[in-house]
Amino acid sequence: MKKFLPLTFVLATNTSFADDISALKKEFEQLKTQYEKRIEALENQNTATQNTNQAQTNAFNPSISLILDGRFASYQNPPNQYHIPGFAMGEESGLASEGFAIGESELTASANVDQNFRGQMTASFGNDAGNTTTSIEEAFFETLSLGNGVTIRGGRFKSAVGYLNQQHAHAWDFADAPLVYRALWNSSYTDDGVRVSWVAPTDLFLEIGMEGFSGEHFPSGGNASSGAGAKVLFVNVGGDFDESQSWQAGISRYSASVDQRESATLTDTSSFTGDSDVSGLNAIYKWAPNGNYKERFFKLQTEYFHRDESGDVSLLTSGNKTTYKGTQDGFYLQGIYQFMPQWRTGLRYDALHSNNKGNDLVGSNVLSEADLTGQGINPKCISAMLEWDASEFSRIRLQFNHDQSYPNTDNQVTLQYTMSMGAHGAHTY
Amino acid sequence: MKINLSLIFCLLLLSQQASASTLSVFACEPEWAALATEIGGNTVDVTSATTSMQDPHQIQARPSLIAKMRQADFLICSGAELEVGWLPVLLQKSSNPKTQPGNNGYFMASDFVDMLDKPAKADRSEGDVHMAGNPHVHTSPANMLRVATVLTERLSALSPENKTLYENNHQHLVQSFADAMVKWQPAIQKLKNKKIVVYHHYWVYLEKWLQLQQVATLEPKPGLPPTSNHLSQLVNQMTNDKADLIVYATYNDSKPAEWLAAKTGIPMAAVPATVEDWKADNALLHWYETVINTLAKAIV
Repeated sequence: MKKFLPLTFVLATNTSFADDISALKKEFEQLKTQYEKRIEALENQNTATQNTNQAQTNAFNPSISLILDGRFASYQNPPNQYHIPGFAMGEESGLASEGFAIGESELTASANVDQNFRGQMTASFGNDAGNTTTSIEEAFFETLSLGNGVTIRGGRFKSAVGYLNQQHAHAWDFADAPLVYRALWNSSYTDDGVRVSWVAPTDLFLEIGMEGFSGEHFPSGGNASSGAGAKVLFVNVGGDFDESQSWQAGISRYSASVDQRESATLTDTSSFTGDSDVSGLNAIYKWAPNGNYKERFFKLQTEYFHRDESGDVSLLTSGNKTTYKGTQDGFYLQGIYQFMPQWRTGLRYDALHSNNKGNDLVGSNVLSEADLTGQGINPKCISAMLEWDASEFSRIRLQFNHDQSYPNTDNQVTLQYTMSMGAHGAHTY
Repeated sequence: MKINLSLIFCLLLLSQQASASTLSVFACEPEWAALATEIGGNTVDVTSATTSMQDPHQIQARPSLIAKMRQADFLICSGAELEVGWLPVLLQKSSNPKTQPGNNGYFMASDFVDMLDKPAKADRSEGDVHMAGNPHVHTSPANMLRVATVLTERLSALSPENKTLYENNHQHLVQSFADAMVKWQPAIQKLKNKKIVVYHHYWVYLEKWLQLQQVATLEPKPGLPPTSNHLSQLVNQMTNDKADLIVYATYNDSKPAEWLAAKTGIPMAAVPATVEDWKADNALLHWYETVINTLAKAIV
């Protein structure tokens, strides 16, 4: 009521009649009663309006989204000659087609199944040498209501072995995967299995999880151990430094029994059988003034993986075989800056290192034919990108790679579009 | 490892049970944090996911929020797809059954008010439109009181032993709003039928309440940043039919409003889009008062 008095006073002095004050007071008293009545009326309406809007929120069930991706790519070296010395790679880890080509179009449907489960499937349509390929990228269910922070997910899904690994390619900040993901994870590790994760009831975010996979998909192979060939353990922590800054860090451990994991080389196909263990570290830092991501933000992201493998490598055509002990590691560090709404730029540095040994080096050269000798090269790559995000749903990106991952340094230019239609996707951190 | 984990688990379960007497409330926006505090008093432990300086459409589903959601007994948000870019991730990753849709702990304010701006068709060429209507329902005190009534019932159901307290707090809130309405009359009268240009299509409920006429937005389409082309069109529009005030939220970029104000001579006002300090006493009333007074003062 304090602020009200000067106002009346101003009004009163303007009219300069004491009578008017009491008149105003009366008027306000009347208004007050009116408002009290109106509020009372409003409250009575409440019960009537209660569930009117609720049906609408379920209008899209399941929610469906479609992602279109395409690019124009220009390389100095022929892309079919692409390889990374010292690493036996999967078939998804090469370069995208040269010239104009559509990438992977993704169709995702997701919904709560009932009060206990949520389901999601992503089908991916791609192009392979003129043939349309269809694949189930993800198809899983997840529990909603186990409580105590426990979630179980089952089906085919992206492993939590790394930060980038859990994102679909269209959510990446660059047009391609970093070298360490291409070399070790076939760009992204997805497999069929089950995940149990637990989030601690603490203000510091702490998540502990375990995954068991069939071991069918690269870098596993052959459904070893009766179809339970790979397992992953991961721990993530995270929090806020202040209103503007947040962070997350994670460690992971992948271990698999691998049975005949095939890898195409320039001259032959190699096959690895043995044990594969990968340890990973990742850290993410994000900054936005006052935590408002609308105008400007900065994101720093880094991941490191170290792989130890031991077993045998054989060549399918020649039949030659060697023992194999591989030590490989690599990391990437990238920064993304949105300097004004709709505009983002980014820089990424990639590096790999390998030290693989076998008992054949003098004789049959299996390791070198399997592309597992490093050739004295420490593969690295520098990438820069600029993107225009007209809205949350469209993106045009220009990316330049200075790729020194194999003996002939390559300069690669990619112009990429990504278009999202349908349900508004929610974005993980 | 196994022993350690189960030990931690037991300890955490114990600590959870110890603090079971207060309701842990996760509010998506500060206005709902303020409302939950007004009704719940000291029986609720409230946290707000966002501040008045953040665009609620674009929030990161960051680890700290997952951790908060994990511990929440009650979730209160605007709804109507305002939080569609981040809330679903928090719900999934926290795997907290209490705050999942369909449960008593899941409360979307826009479910309980009459929605404005329901689009006739869903077409993204119209910008970031929400099918359920305009989600910024808190900008009208009448909406706030409706939500307050339902919230009082809901909190009473979750915590029956505090029913009387909640009802008293609710009564007090309604009374304070009724008093304030009278107090605000001079400003309300001054704003009546004034033409305003807003940054984002944010204030529709406030406009209806104060009988303000929104004649243009600085954004060419909802969610898209102002363009020079669109702003020059606004200059032309203002030459023919001059607005009384340019309004933008404190989290918006001030440059487009400043530019248009300089070109047209129309006064401008920066108002907080929501409660700035939701922990303060009478935070809601104070915010409405700030908005009304700022607008009224800015109009020549």
